[in-house]
Amino acid sequence: MGLAKRIIPCLDVKDGETVKGTNFIDLRSAGDPVALGKAYSEAGADELVFLDITASYERRKTFTDMVTRVAQEINIPFTVGGGIDELTDVERLLQAGADKVSINSAAFRHPELIDRVAARFGSQVCVCALDARFDGSDWFCYIKGGRERTEHRLLDRALEMQDRGAGEILFTSMNNDGVKTGYATEALAMLSDRLSIPVIASGGAGCMEHFRDAFTEGHADAALAASVFHFGEIAIGELKKYLKEEGINVRI
Amino acid sequence: MNVAIIKYNAGNIYSVVNALKRLGTDPVLTDDAATLRQADRVIFPGQGEAGGAMKYLRDHALDSVIRNLTQPVLGICVGQQLLCRHSDEGDTDCLGIFDAVVKRFCPTRHEDKVPAMGWNSLRDMKSPLFRGLNDNDFVYFVHSYYVPLCRHTAATTEHIVEYSAAMHRDNFYATQFHPEKSGTVGERIIKNFLEL
Repeated sequence: MGLAKRIIPCLDVKDGETVKGTNFIDLRSAGDPVALGKAYSEAGADELVFLDITASYERRKTFTDMVTRVAQEINIPFTVGGGIDELTDVERLLQAGADKVSINSAAFRHPELIDRVAARFGSQVCVCALDARFDGSDWFCYIKGGRERTEHRLLDRALEMQDRGAGEILFTSMNNDGVKTGYATEALAMLSDRLSIPVIASGGAGCMEHFRDAFTEGHADAALAASVFHFGEIAIGELKKYLKEEGINVRI
Repeated sequence: MNVAIIKYNAGNIYSVVNALKRLGTDPVLTDDAATLRQADRVIFPGQGEAGGAMKYLRDHALDSVIRNLTQPVLGICVGQQLLCRHSDEGDTDCLGIFDAVVKRFCPTRHEDKVPAMGWNSLRDMKSPLFRGLNDNDFVYFVHSYYVPLCRHTAATTEHIVEYSAAMHRDNFYATQFHPEKSGTVGERIIKNFLEL
């Protein structure tokens, strides 16, 4: 059978609280990232991603405290990201108990950070997040939460990050993100077929078929989503049952 | 129960500590030979690179301490690999509890990703570690090197090749996967180890 395809809910965290509203658990505890993460874990999520979207500098301590609590209470792997700029950020988050870190803009400002993280902690902790948009001719990477376009082409960039030691590529299609019309399966397949490291699909999930397509057409190793889970539009248990019926190897 | 975790340069031990605490034990992290010998259970975690890890263990005389432990010992991930005779990673001589040589995955198709990262299912489980588990229960793996099937194999799984998901010889137990990150199935395995 081999490795199961992974389903990964992504939680945005601001000042230690989850941001998006949710119908998934009762409102009293929906703002607590640990309670929400635990509920997802019990529902069958394979991994969790926590993204710190706090703007202020003081965020570090609050977010690190949250990471410590997640590590104490949740027994599946989790990745943390948002504002990671240097090796000491990575060290702090791993010491708090995170399994992996997701590095985004910093990998463009100083790409050698990926080499250093891989050398110091191993490739397995190093997720490189690439946000890209198709402009009619090719996919170009964006940084700063999608606000700034770079001249880096997605595939070249992903290959470079792999060579530098990234252990996974988290690819978010900005064309698809928030639109709920499905993942960018062609771009996913291009990445997945050229890279030797796992690819996580992100951006565009609206229904269960989209997850199936990310795996069958996009050859993704994992699929990440936020709102469809948070708003209870798709229950993870149902999703995995559906994927299994569609012949996809998932953990149930 | 007195549980000791071997302290050295190749362990992400935080998740192991947390998992043990969730089960109501308070492990001690130590590289002290006497403390390790006296513990009821010893956990040998591992994450990182075999060559540097073995060098550290030798420099701190922990290699012979580990070899001579008599209580139940659980190696995890690189811990399992270091308990083998040799690792192709850095052409490293290891502890030699398990008569096996650690190999690197050789992908043959584009879907064969390395590192092997994610949930995979267990088969042919033959060890008290797996009491109460069902065939094809899933556990979490992250690794680029693997131990081929051998006489010490205690459970198998498959990624590119079929290999040792777990091993057992005398008082030495080992898992290539991370029970501390494997949800309720992993929790059961750790509990079984504590109850051996």
